[in-house]
Amino acid sequence: MPLVLALERAWNEAWADPDFHAELDGRLASYVGRPSPLYFAARLSEHHRARVWLKREELNHTGSHKINNCMGQILLARRMGKERIIAETGAGQHGVATATACALFGLPCVVYMGAVDVARQAPNVQRMRLLGAEVRPVSSGSATLKDAMNEAMRDWVANVEDTYYLIGSVAGPHPYPVMVRDLQSVIGREARAQIVDAEGRLPDALAACVGGGSNAMGLFHPFLNDDGVRLFGVEAAGEGMATGRHAAALNGGRPGVLHGSHSYLLQDADGQVTEAHSISAGLDYPGIGPEHAFLKDAGRARYLTATDEEALAAFALLARLEGILPALESAHALARLDAIASEVGPDGIIVLNLSGRGDKDLDQVAERLRLIP
Amino acid sequence: MSIARIEKRFADLTQAGRAGFAPYIVAGDPDAETAWRMLEALPAAGADLIELGLPFSDPMADGAAVQKGAVRALAAGMTTAGVLDLARRFRDGDAMTPLVLMGYYNPILAFGLAAFAEAAAAAGVDGLIMVDLPPEESAPLQAALAAADIALIRLAAPTIDEGRLKAIAAGASGFVYLIAVTGVTGGKEADPAAAAPLVARVRAACSLPVVVGFGIRTSERAAEVARIADAAVVGSALVEEITDAIALKRDPAPKVLARVAAMAQAVREARI
Repeated sequence: MPLVLALERAWNEAWADPDFHAELDGRLASYVGRPSPLYFAARLSEHHRARVWLKREELNHTGSHKINNCMGQILLARRMGKERIIAETGAGQHGVATATACALFGLPCVVYMGAVDVARQAPNVQRMRLLGAEVRPVSSGSATLKDAMNEAMRDWVANVEDTYYLIGSVAGPHPYPVMVRDLQSVIGREARAQIVDAEGRLPDALAACVGGGSNAMGLFHPFLNDDGVRLFGVEAAGEGMATGRHAAALNGGRPGVLHGSHSYLLQDADGQVTEAHSISAGLDYPGIGPEHAFLKDAGRARYLTATDEEALAAFALLARLEGILPALESAHALARLDAIASEVGPDGIIVLNLSGRGDKDLDQVAERLRLIP
Repeated sequence: MSIARIEKRFADLTQAGRAGFAPYIVAGDPDAETAWRMLEALPAAGADLIELGLPFSDPMADGAAVQKGAVRALAAGMTTAGVLDLARRFRDGDAMTPLVLMGYYNPILAFGLAAFAEAAAAAGVDGLIMVDLPPEESAPLQAALAAADIALIRLAAPTIDEGRLKAIAAGASGFVYLIAVTGVTGGKEADPAAAAPLVARVRAACSLPVVVGFGIRTSERAAEVARIADAAVVGSALVEEITDAIALKRDPAPKVLARVAAMAQAVREARI
């Protein structure tokens, strides 16, 4: 506890400090490439019969929204005088973003990654190593994201003095869910201004995939008080909700405690955490950020699901219609545009967070798409 | 008699002028019956207090040794109800040795806080250590356990500051569990010289016994801790004996109990 309490103090000071914001905004503009475009996807809109806008987070440096959070936390780590950075990663997007930020500031970086994910996200493992990070495969438990997080926490408590733990999602102990949300909210702030500029009004719906939930939280947060804006998160249904092999904590789990958060959790009757299943390594987490649990229970956001196959089909569709390869994570949100579009109607405006690009998934997608006629 | 059983044991130890030895094993590791044979024999081997691990799928505060033990126990079908069965069998044969369960919050939450407290009390459990439940979030469990006369044992980390130490001391019962190293179980070796000032700080903050654990692997180290604290906990070194015995397809009980006997003797003789 003393270490998370110290982190909370440091974060509150930094977030209230104009100098911190000035440096962060400067880095986001010149290094990350913000603001990211809001793009009207005309052919996708025609296909779904609604006005679909894509928030192009996949165009950020390193290819996903993860760098927004890493840039903020690395500046915080420097303020705190920490000399070593550790992180967990699922798909490798957060690991790559962390390794990138560490290279930028000359800090040593250790990334914990489930051994299963190391195998299925090989390009990102190579990227991290090229960036100078040490990738430590974790083979305990299900050898995926939650186990990587367990191992990162073990490292952190053993190296409290000099180490900063850079968590990549709105999960984990307080203040991480708040801190990561605030850092990712740049997505929603930009999107809000951009859509008002382009369409002259707020959107009817927002859509984003949720694993831990950071890209969704970043998009949703600046719109929470806009009652007319419907919020849709899309969880990974894996092989299908009925099979039990999924990663949908909000739709298929119940409240529990893991990694310092009280939220929905995939678990058995005895409270043992069960393995999540998804084709997308970035959604393969049995928990969900606690603020999403709150938004669900409060009825403010709705959480849908998309299966592996639906995500693959959505991946292929976006490639053909718009010339964009989405990350498999983001493809889950794209897959539910059908339901969201029919709810908002042909004049309805949807802003979907295209949180990452699909280059890292090419091998897996190519292999699986051959199986689909 | 629960909390009183812990108090009585430490009062007796103080009177005898020695520290206690507290072995830790994972309930159901490697299977329920083998774990039972070890648990049943621990007091005769020299255990003054027993920590029985509640296996959890994600033991974040544990190193590789205890993780393996938890995996074995869960694979062999251990459940929270199964742990309480082991406790009940133990208590049926031993009225004096305090039995403290140690684990993570989610299985207790899933069981139901009041239901767990009631079932644990009926099984003769005296205390509970919740590794991942900070005092800030522990009021509901504390209330449920208090109603059942079970101690919620507080953990103190080496990084603790005075304000937090006072807060922990205010709500503590049974004893205070002082973590000797920054890190997980079975990791860095504890340094009794570095732990001594921490023990003194805890003693200044509250009148409860101070039990030291994490990083105590040898009889020598256990004896050094016994000179400064009220009891020493050894866990990972015992679980590793189980791992080694299984690899050789041998019964782990004799090796574990021999190790307990040696360490318990070292602790008994530490202050002579």
